[in-house]
Amino acid sequence: MTLPATVAELVRDFRANGRIVIVGASLAGLRAAEALRDEGFTGSLTIIGDEPHEPYDRPPLSKQVLKGWVPADHTQLPRLRAVDAQWRLGVAATGLDRATRQVRLADGEHIPYDRLLIATGTRARQWPNPTEAALEGVYTLRSRDDAARLQQALAARPSRVLIIGAGFIGSEMASVCRELDIPVTVAERGSAPLVGALGGVIGKIAAEMQRDHGVDLRCGVGVSSLEGDASGHVRRARLSDGTTIEADVVVASLGSIRNVEWLEGSGLAAGFWGIGCDAGGRAFDINGVVTDTVYVAGDVARQPHVLYEYQFLAMEHWDNAVLGAEVAAHNMVNLDPDYYPYLLLPSFWSGQFGVNIKSVGVPPFGDEIVFTQGSVKERRFAAAYGRRGRIVAAVTFNNGKWLEHYARLIEQSAPFPPPPPGWDQPEDMNPMPAEFPAPGVPTAIPDVVLTGHDPSERRAEFRPRRR
Amino acid sequence: MQIVVDLNRCQAYAQCVFLAPEDFRLSGDEALTYEPNPDDARRLQIQRAAAACPVQAIVIDRLDGAERSVTS
Ligand SMILES: Cc1cc2nc3c(=O)[nH]c(=O)nc-3n(C[C@H](O)[C@H](O)[C@H](O)COP(=O)(O)OP(=O)(O)OC[C@H]3O[C@@H](n4cnc5c(N)ncnc54)[C@H](O)[C@@H]3O)c2cc1C
Ligand code: SF4
Repeated sequence: MTLPATVAELVRDFRANGRIVIVGASLAGLRAAEALRDEGFTGSLTIIGDEPHEPYDRPPLSKQVLKGWVPADHTQLPRLRAVDAQWRLGVAATGLDRATRQVRLADGEHIPYDRLLIATGTRARQWPNPTEAALEGVYTLRSRDDAARLQQALAARPSRVLIIGAGFIGSEMASVCRELDIPVTVAERGSAPLVGALGGVIGKIAAEMQRDHGVDLRCGVGVSSLEGDASGHVRRARLSDGTTIEADVVVASLGSIRNVEWLEGSGLAAGFWGIGCDAGGRAFDINGVVTDTVYVAGDVARQPHVLYEYQFLAMEHWDNAVLGAEVAAHNMVNLDPDYYPYLLLPSFWSGQFGVNIKSVGVPPFGDEIVFTQGSVKERRFAAAYGRRGRIVAAVTFNNGKWLEHYARLIEQSAPFPPPPPGWDQPEDMNPMPAEFPAPGVPTAIPDVVLTGHDPSERRAEFRPRRR
Repeated sequence: MQIVVDLNRCQAYAQCVFLAPEDFRLSGDEALTYEPNPDDARRLQIQRAAAACPVQAIVIDRLDGAERSVTS
């Protein structure tokens, strides 16, 4: 047989008889399973998830669910097709043995695979003091069950809610509190809400927006401790500036932690920012060698991006989970030269205080910003981020229709500042510093992070050269 | 029935809001929110809304109840 014929035969055989295991039964896991079947994979498929629920959608949790409009258990994801899989829900994967190609489960079982997809996402960072975190009335928000509990607490009309951390999710929760007419304080260590993700210029607008809606916003302060009453319910928070805040619901919105602990000892390039993989979703091992059997998708993946100097991008975005899953699934059932590259322009939306915030590209990659359309005063505008004379990202407030236009410019690395549109021009069209916090300044961690050029966070061990 | 709206894609044209006001709402000028689990009685409305969405952002479950159980 010719080589191409042999490869084609291998692919056909794998698609018919291979065993694929997916760990993580959420957005990326489900969409990957569906894509595998779409790609013609008819072998055995096992989906392992530690949550007891079928895959559900998280973005509504901090929005319509918290508001009480939509019950938390209404958020199951629609299915695009039948996946004909063995579902192992409510049981965590606790280990990976790459030598024998087995996933170890918490109940002691071992599940063999030929190809593995890791889609274990992230979890909420808990309030660091465990005693204080255990007080009644202290919450985090990541899962459907978290959302149900927090929604109940809000429905009981607390006298004040304290939200620690003003990233996207913290800000959305503050917005919901105000819509429900519940007094809310937001404490943010950085200089403004959303400053890590969108910089200080936009952060200032976000801060005004919060205050206009009656949020008691405190920036540049940390929460030093939480205090409870005799019955163990949280009542008070002490801030780093010496003030105290009386609150009976406290939500720690401190960003997330990648679920990689179960990969300890597997030899994969797993670390703080997730699992390093190539642009096709194939996982790297700790020495920077790409594996042929292990793939990564979604929030837990970090992969090099052509538009951002091939730095490894870690993205906690909905569309990154969907597209990453589709690319990984395709590559799991194909061989070179039929691999797909993952070429997604990061994009994101957030609804808060009646404003639709959208962004494309990687704003923190830029160091300058320019308002290009609309009116900041009316909170309806577009702004572009630039670096070294090229456009690298854009953000819109209630001006989402224009985002596509900026996406095209970013894809072409078009000049910055971009040519002004003929109409709807903002008053000030001069580029200015975007004011991202210097690395190391404490603030809510943004949800797109450029994590450098190293595939693995562990230093390679150099083998002595043979003589 | 289960639905999801790809809000990256949605451009707040609000066709869905006119066609299925119980399940789609705009918060402010442009931020769409929706009921991900509309009552089955409103299936036709939802299908019309999905068909009318100019950017095809509304994804409707393609399985019926039996098939979507976690054994399939
Ligand atoms: C409240 C909230 C609001 C959001 N809003 C937006 C938004 O407006 N726009 C946007 O673009 N994105 C938003 N996101 C982000 C978006 O939801 C995520 O990017 C997406 O869920 C990522 O999907 P995933 O499948 O990669 O990971 P996850 O959804 O985190 O799923 C991972 C799954 O794996 C499971 N798991 C972990 N470890 C193990 C193990 N060892 N064994 C078995 N299972 C395991 C987890 O329990 C989880 O079920 C929001 C997220 C939250 C929490
Ligand atoms: S019709 Fe489509 S684009 Fe318009 S608001 Fe509804 S989902 Fe968004």
